[in-house]
Amino acid sequence: MTKTINLTLKVWRQKSPKDKGHFETYHARNISTDMSFLEMLDVINEQLTLDGREPIAFDHDCREGICGMCGAVVNGRPHGPEKETTLCQLHMRHFKDGDVLAIEPWRARAFKVVKDLVMDRTPLDEIMQAGGYISVNAGSAPDANTIPVPAETAELAMDAAQCIGCGACVAACPNASAMLFVGAKVSHLALLPQGRPEAARRAIRMIREMDNLGFGNCSNETECEAECPKGISITNIARLNREFFKASFFASEK
Amino acid sequence: MNWLTKTLGSSIGKKLMMAVTGLSFCGFLAVHLAGNLTIYGGKDAFNSYAEHLHSLGPLITAAEIVLLVFALVHVLTGLTLFYQNLAARPVRYRINRSAGGRTIGSGTMPYTGIFLLIFVVLHLMNFHFVDKTDTTIYNLVSAAFSRPLLVVFYIVAMVVAAIHVSHGLWSAFQTMGASHPKYTPFIKALSTVFAILVGIGFGFLPIYISIIA
Ligand code: SF4
Ligand code: FES
Repeated sequence: MTKTINLTLKVWRQKSPKDKGHFETYHARNISTDMSFLEMLDVINEQLTLDGREPIAFDHDCREGICGMCGAVVNGRPHGPEKETTLCQLHMRHFKDGDVLAIEPWRARAFKVVKDLVMDRTPLDEIMQAGGYISVNAGSAPDANTIPVPAETAELAMDAAQCIGCGACVAACPNASAMLFVGAKVSHLALLPQGRPEAARRAIRMIREMDNLGFGNCSNETECEAECPKGISITNIARLNREFFKASFFASEK
Repeated sequence: MNWLTKTLGSSIGKKLMMAVTGLSFCGFLAVHLAGNLTIYGGKDAFNSYAEHLHSLGPLITAAEIVLLVFALVHVLTGLTLFYQNLAARPVRYRINRSAGGRTIGSGTMPYTGIFLLIFVVLHLMNFHFVDKTDTTIYNLVSAAFSRPLLVVFYIVAMVVAAIHVSHGLWSAFQTMGASHPKYTPFIKALSTVFAILVGIGFGFLPIYISIIA
């Protein structure tokens, strides 16, 4: 038989972006420890619906840790307490019977809360639109092998490319900085030959966009690296800094 | 705005200014500490060190101007970052918990920084901007540290400086893009060692002087 636990949830409820919002307490009873965190919220929502109350709004899509849509801060930890785990992949067996959990959305000036735990991560897309791309057709999969890339470099680029754009780094950062996200995005293109021609423009434009959108300034607290569900390393931030300095001081790009 | 102000005004640019000025202060601390160690050589050694230093004349004035400009840049940029970073999260979390990234140093940078600013001003008023015509620096120092309150204040300030430097030194390297699997562990260790040296090296001086005075 599966084990079940009872939890007390203090969930952030906010009707609209304008609403002030508040915490509401719910009792989650007989939660199977085999459930994921989102499934636990589903159970609460079913009960709320049956009671004629408004279910808790939260984002999700793949529920297998690859899309970056889910996310909430659980007792001060973005995506909950497990290392390299998204909220959808976090299982209830990591909690104890009787636990009290505060569940909040990502908090950052750049991320507006749309409703309850749903926040608007469009700013991350806007940073991508500012330069997180390659302008020419880089070909299909087999074309990747037409330019030789050392295996080690390819691995570093792939590590950076693992970023799913969930924004947990911003949520975890005491300064609400997006440097880990931008570091990952700039790195994965800057490391590969296909990304080099536009590297200078990309670094400058993405950083400027990031600053304009109201994210904070990185102060190397390294909380992002510790919370990132994909284990993105802060060496990517150092690489971003190098790319930015190279672009700013040595490239013709203004 | 031209490219330079745009670069330095960006988030990474501001951090670059913090890193360059901060690293210079680390260099200054090392030299200052080495000089202060002459105190252990006794009264004459310390006084002659001070005299030699002042005989450098314009060189010293130039260094002082550079330090002053760097201090202004470091303080003003630091305060700007502090304010901007607070503003970047208008609604705070109900529960704040670290995942293990933060250190005492990194989590307190603005506060230790402001404390150090106050300390530096007082320190300069104690020993720099004073009339030294009919006294020596050694007499000034031993008179100052015969006051227990001042000894305690200086020790606290040096512990705070150690905490500030423990994050500042490696952080400056990371900001300048110097991160490498081979050297980063060394840089991090160096930060800790340097912080301890600053804390103990400077912190022990007031104790020593108050004992022999
Ligand atoms: S760097 Fe990590 S935490 Fe930040 S958006 Fe990408 S996957 Fe999420
Ligand atoms: S729902 Fe896709 S990563 Fe969690």
